[in-house]
Amino acid sequence: MSLADFAREHGLKRVGARPAFLDYVAQAWSRRDFAFTLAKFTNEAANAKNRLGRWWVILLPTVQAMVYGLIFGVLMARDRPENFIPFLFTGVFLFTFISGSATSGATALTSNTGLVRSLAFPRVLLPVSAVIRQFLNTLPQLGLLLITLVLFQQGITWNWLLLVPTVALMSVFNLGLAMIMARIAAQVQDINKLLPFVIRILFYTSGIFFSMDHLLRNHPEILAVLHFNPIYDYIELARGLVVQGYQTSAFLWLTAIGWALVTFVVGVLFFWKAEERYGRED
Amino acid sequence: MAAKTKTQQPSKSAVPVVVVDDVHITYKVFSSGRRATRAAAGGGIFSRKLGLREVNAIKGVSFTIYEGESVGIIGSNGSGKSSLMRAIAGLTPVSKGAVFSSARPTLLGVGAVLLPNLSGEKNIVLGGLALGFSRKQIEADVDKITEFAGLQDFIDLPMRTYSSGMSARLRFSIAASRDHEILIVDEALAVGDQEFRQRSEARMREMRDRAGSLFLVSHSMQSILDTCNRVIWIEKGDLMMDGDPQTVVDAYNKFTGATSND
Repeated sequence: MSLADFAREHGLKRVGARPAFLDYVAQAWSRRDFAFTLAKFTNEAANAKNRLGRWWVILLPTVQAMVYGLIFGVLMARDRPENFIPFLFTGVFLFTFISGSATSGATALTSNTGLVRSLAFPRVLLPVSAVIRQFLNTLPQLGLLLITLVLFQQGITWNWLLLVPTVALMSVFNLGLAMIMARIAAQVQDINKLLPFVIRILFYTSGIFFSMDHLLRNHPEILAVLHFNPIYDYIELARGLVVQGYQTSAFLWLTAIGWALVTFVVGVLFFWKAEERYGRED
Repeated sequence: MAAKTKTQQPSKSAVPVVVVDDVHITYKVFSSGRRATRAAAGGGIFSRKLGLREVNAIKGVSFTIYEGESVGIIGSNGSGKSSLMRAIAGLTPVSKGAVFSSARPTLLGVGAVLLPNLSGEKNIVLGGLALGFSRKQIEADVDKITEFAGLQDFIDLPMRTYSSGMSARLRFSIAASRDHEILIVDEALAVGDQEFRQRSEARMREMRDRAGSLFLVSHSMQSILDTCNRVIWIEKGDLMMDGDPQTVVDAYNKFTGATSND
């Protein structure tokens, strides 16, 4: 009798075996508190050494918005889209949520090797925690955005409430994105070198500080392809809801829902497939 | 060279808890392929050869551990002890073979500070949550763990400010706060002081007596002889000897004495 048969006969299970998909999801769900707490503690620790501490959560987006306002509003003052400041802030803050999730998802496993090497838990909690951290950092930015909207345009509309499902859809999309990035970066660390450039390119091609529809009005076929860019969809959707002079459309809602669901499901499956291999020291 | 002994034959009544079946662990590591000193290396920046080196940390080890056994693991530095322990805990994937166990083993390893920028207390909470305990259970345990570690005055400081001995104490206390079916202690106590070592060894014996199984990796033969009732000796990835503590430790001492007298 082989040792493996002997072990099975006594009801022993293979250590480190990847659980079945639904078990895996259930295990991760039952430990969701860990992902929240890790996100909260990591945020606290990140600001602990700064003199202004948690104030940076508000200060940083304010400075960021002022810099972008200066560059794109004053220096590139020609050809600005309508209602520029609310247009720009919506774009920049929401873009930061997506790019931050991709970046911190990519380092979720590699920056927590201490945890991965000493404790056994569903690894997917690490990219999830990274997105929760980004979400917590986005909340004050959204607050700042709402203040800006009140200052620069008249009146508050019921449509503002629809920002909640929009940000929720984005968060689901970001979760999937972070899981995909986490697995790729865990297996090919070199991706972290290229990621900043990819994010730069997306920043310039997603219509953050200019109107894509206006710029590409003579190239409808390129425009049609770019309309499927999820980053563009989420930002256009948010603008349609809160920035005066912009409209949402059924197309935007459908693509936003589609991207969220597809990315999330693909992300969870893709991440789970390699569960046994995370933490390998090579 | 000590004679290789076969794995002990299982007695009929004993219940196996861990079965290690022909485990191989191979690391693929990018080697720089270049000597560190300029004279030895020669050539320019692009002349180095990037080599993918395979390191065989464990080369086919098999054994079976039964309920209530506490197993000492000995061997020289770099012999593969820690790799094998991480594989048993399921934290390092094996390249061939398999490890089977009745429950998920808990590994208490060296240098595994969870999050160095967080306070000791927050590390206790996070560690507990990761292992699937509820916040309520953990909050009830925090004081007990702090007291066992003897760190009441420092528990609110970030773990990066702890000495290696202090963080080892805290990690052991977190792991030892609950009874584990299978606990692996990998040199984690080597940096603790005399008083804490005695307290922790007493706690390990207590856990062993409650039908838990224990693996203890240590370079202190005294700790091994005091705590274990079986010893496995690993050398350069091979299992050299497995059996009665005194016999294996004597053989190991003879082996290390022989190599150092060359």
